Amino acid sequence: MSDVAVAITRVHHEEWARVVAAVTRRFGDLDIAEEAAAEAFATAVERWPADGVPPNPGAWLTTTAKRKAIDRIRRENKRDDKHEEARVVYDDGSPEPLGAIDDDRLRLIFTCCHPALAMEARLALTLRMVGGLTVPEIARAFLVAESAIGQRITRAKAKIKAAGVPYRVPSAEDLPVRVSGVLTVLFLVFNEGYLATGPDTDPVRQDLTTEAIRLTRLIRVLLPDDGEVAGLLALMLLIEARCTARVAAGGELVALHEQDRGAWDTALIAEGHRLVRERLAAAAAGVAPGRYQILAAINAVHTSARDVRDTDWSQVVALYDQLIHLDPSPIVALNRAIAVAELDGPEVAFAAVDRLATELAGYHAYHASRADVLRRLGRSQEARAAYDIAIDLAGNTAETAYLTRRRDQLR
Amino acid sequence: MQYLVSVIADQSNPGSTDRQPAISSFNERLIAEGYWVFAGGLADTTAATVIDNRGEQAVFSDGPFVESKEYLAGVWVWEAPDLDVALKLATEASKICDRKIEVRPFQ
Repeated sequence: MSDVAVAITRVHHEEWARVVAAVTRRFGDLDIAEEAAAEAFATAVERWPADGVPPNPGAWLTTTAKRKAIDRIRRENKRDDKHEEARVVYDDGSPEPLGAIDDDRLRLIFTCCHPALAMEARLALTLRMVGGLTVPEIARAFLVAESAIGQRITRAKAKIKAAGVPYRVPSAEDLPVRVSGVLTVLFLVFNEGYLATGPDTDPVRQDLTTEAIRLTRLIRVLLPDDGEVAGLLALMLLIEARCTARVAAGGELVALHEQDRGAWDTALIAEGHRLVRERLAAAAAGVAPGRYQILAAINAVHTSARDVRDTDWSQVVALYDQLIHLDPSPIVALNRAIAVAELDGPEVAFAAVDRLATELAGYHAYHASRADVLRRLGRSQEARAAYDIAIDLAGNTAETAYLTRRRDQLR
Repeated sequence: MQYLVSVIADQSNPGSTDRQPAISSFNERLIAEGYWVFAGGLADTTAATVIDNRGEQAVFSDGPFVESKEYLAGVWVWEAPDLDVALKLATEASKICDRKIEVRPFQ
């Protein structure tokens, strides 16, 4: 790639959300903002190789995008005078009551993750408007037809406009719930990358995990005091750090206790641990940690052990006990039972796992964990049967390969 | 913006029937805070009549236009600056009416 092409890619990563957010604020219309931002970047691709990269590329792009938006509104004005008149005079930077932070990108994120939109629309809209992914890229990421993603985004934008979803940072009172909604969207993007579903996809979609981390970093910059934002970023980093050790050369998933810990990314682990320590200090000062902070702390325990035998399982179980208070879901109970198996042995764990049989009957990880506990108890035949169910339910290719090997090792 | 706020009753999960005093004081608050445009509770769906005069002759039929377990029990029209304000009020309204609420913008 030429220097200019590299610069454009970098600027696209860094400035896309800012350009969309600024144009949306100026004209009050996501549709116009998206199109104008795309046109501004296309103009950059045309001009920068000859003219050079401008000294302030973000400002150049925002100005260009605003001009493109005005052009479009003028064109539409000619078709429909009355209707468009209101738009041109819309919000020209007049002050509004704001939350603590005034950043257009934050407004954009909260609008795209608005609870009045369906979850799948929030995912697609956030990746398009904030992440700058194209419709074909999003379609590939979620293994959905391009037309379906395009329609999801169009409908979401139409609803935002018709229903009067405000372009605003929520009030301090609503902020925790709304931030938690944004983090849910980002964690779903991350998880789809971390354990990609579908028989024809790569087991790990690093494009998605990277994008989720990038957007979470952005939110961390915008909301530096939010403990759950720090917690989710730490959690993602500590999971991402183990990424290369998680899938073997043959495409099989490598369980945590079998991973080559030397292959873990020490820089990501160090960054994750720093964030966890920051939250532990806050917890010591009396700020109760949320779900992501506890999950991050659990992952910090795992990534602190140089050898799986050095894992502080009592600490892991204690953290799961804390998590169950916040989130008494059967999936958390299952993960706790897996840690209990390490601490108190498979018999105690089996009783805990067995209690979840009805609730988690359709969840592959339940059957995989049950199979593992049965294997440790020497109940091979039952273990095989449980692996069979887990293999049937698992959607990830690397996981299926791993489970099949474990099953076939049983005699 | 104006929003049509529908109170949805559910035959399979009927809410409590003693809500009127709470709804009345909620209405007073809506008026005092400037959100209230219109409100009205509806009679049972069995009292509805459907008229179809798209053809040669008007046809009257007894009952609601669509039979379903869920039906409209009442409506409000609210004036609110944006959806967040409307949703916040609707969240309260659902608790007060002990019914589901739909918020739909006017064009």
